[in-house]
Amino acid sequence: MTFLRLLAAFFKVSVVGEVAYRVNFFIQLFQTFLSLVVSLGGLAVIFSYTDKLGGWGPQEILALVGVYFLVGGMIGLVIQPGMEKLIESVRDGTLDFTLTKPEDTQLIVSIGRIDIWRLIDILLGLGIMTAALIGLGEKVGLWQAGMFLLMLAAGGVIIYCFFLILATLSFWFVRIENILTIFQSMYEAGRWPVSLYPPWLRYGLTFVVPIAFATTVPAEALTGRLNWETLLGAVGLALLLLVISRVIWRVGLRHYSGASA
Amino acid sequence: MKALAGLYVQQFKTTMAAMFQYRASLLIWMIGQVLEPLVYLIVWSAVSNSAGGSVGSYTTRDFAGYFVILMLVNQFSYTWIMYEFEYRVREGLLSFALLKPVHPIHSDIADNVSSKLLTLPAMVLIAVALAAAFQASISPQPWAVLAFIPVLLMAFIVRFLLEWTLALAAFWTTRVSAINQTYFVLMLFLSGQIAPLTLLPYPVQILADVLPFRWVIGFPVELLLGKLSPAEALTGLGAQAAWLLIGFVLLRIVWKAGTKVYSAVGA
Repeated sequence: MTFLRLLAAFFKVSVVGEVAYRVNFFIQLFQTFLSLVVSLGGLAVIFSYTDKLGGWGPQEILALVGVYFLVGGMIGLVIQPGMEKLIESVRDGTLDFTLTKPEDTQLIVSIGRIDIWRLIDILLGLGIMTAALIGLGEKVGLWQAGMFLLMLAAGGVIIYCFFLILATLSFWFVRIENILTIFQSMYEAGRWPVSLYPPWLRYGLTFVVPIAFATTVPAEALTGRLNWETLLGAVGLALLLLVISRVIWRVGLRHYSGASA
Repeated sequence: MKALAGLYVQQFKTTMAAMFQYRASLLIWMIGQVLEPLVYLIVWSAVSNSAGGSVGSYTTRDFAGYFVILMLVNQFSYTWIMYEFEYRVREGLLSFALLKPVHPIHSDIADNVSSKLLTLPAMVLIAVALAAAFQASISPQPWAVLAFIPVLLMAFIVRFLLEWTLALAAFWTTRVSAINQTYFVLMLFLSGQIAPLTLLPYPVQILADVLPFRWVIGFPVELLLGKLSPAEALTGLGAQAAWLLIGFVLLRIVWKAGTKVYSAVGA
């Protein structure tokens, strides 16, 4: 498996590169901690005034927050760094070097930069989810666990494709670096179940910026709310986007003319 | 003074031209500015509805008003200078700015103001639309509306001074994102962006009173919403004035120290 081999190689390179900057570990730990404080603090304030939010109880929202951290960690670990690098390298022309490499460029670009410290977010997300599930006193059966993993995978693919499509736009519009930073503020909306939002925003967060699939849908699977339409929709959309993003990537690549050359 | 005015005019023109080139990124930036308050508006409306129509002294419609005004106040006082500075120091661009005969803060102010003027009409339209859609209730006394103008201006200046000073951290370390994020998280909580500060626990409110965050966002919002008494408004203006002074002194000290330790990366 080329993919796994490359992933392992890039991961090793990131680890080697980052252990020299161990202080970054503490910085990330601190940032994750801050983010956790905001999340839990916000929830504490809100649930001191109500006991249900959009039909979700505090423990269920907590599970959603866990998914939010987990997926946010995955995005920050590998998806976003790679796409940021892609946009940079299109702007300054260093994509030329990547293009000359023998492996598939999309693959190298996608996993070529890894921010290992974001593993902290992933671990924290898992921790919060576990705490929430214990609090719910609910036994997660094999079926729910399986559906959760499936929805997590589908959500991950959808978000990856979304990022790739946005980053590919840099072949046409060179200055789009803040597209990705803005995703961060939109991702905040994924802290809450999308059912809370008015229809126009709900559809926006589902189909325009597919955050719902990244956080709400896996959390639904975890708390036993998932219905068949959502399940099939998520899987279908993931497959569809894989194809579409690949097509856009190839057209974009043809449009690329090395800025440095 | 005349030379400085000329510099501002030129910078306005340059920024305007640049912004018109990058309309798409401007639009994306605005979406971010709108979405966050909107999410909290929706969350708090839901809380308020399930709690029987009000939380503390805020009705559902008050929440709508609060977050719509917050969106505008934040748009008015927002800066992106920390990212800009990190980039400048990292790329060694600051060396050019330092060679110029005027303080680099002037071009940053002009840059900030002109890009805001450009986005203001759209933001006002969005605010009006959201206020209508969520039936926001905004009922200030006439004096509060009048007081809002200097308060908002002070909020902008104080926030600009503080964030510009904070951005100078890039002189000492090239990895400032941790500092920036800490700042933003504190801001989120203590400025009233997550919830009106009166709904937060008492210790947090005390903390918010002594730190600057509240005075650059929450205070102007509450004022225009009609939640403050004249005495509270005066206290707030006093706090703003104090932070203006602190910010100005800090900026002088940090800038002086920073330019001494600065060695352009890559130069």
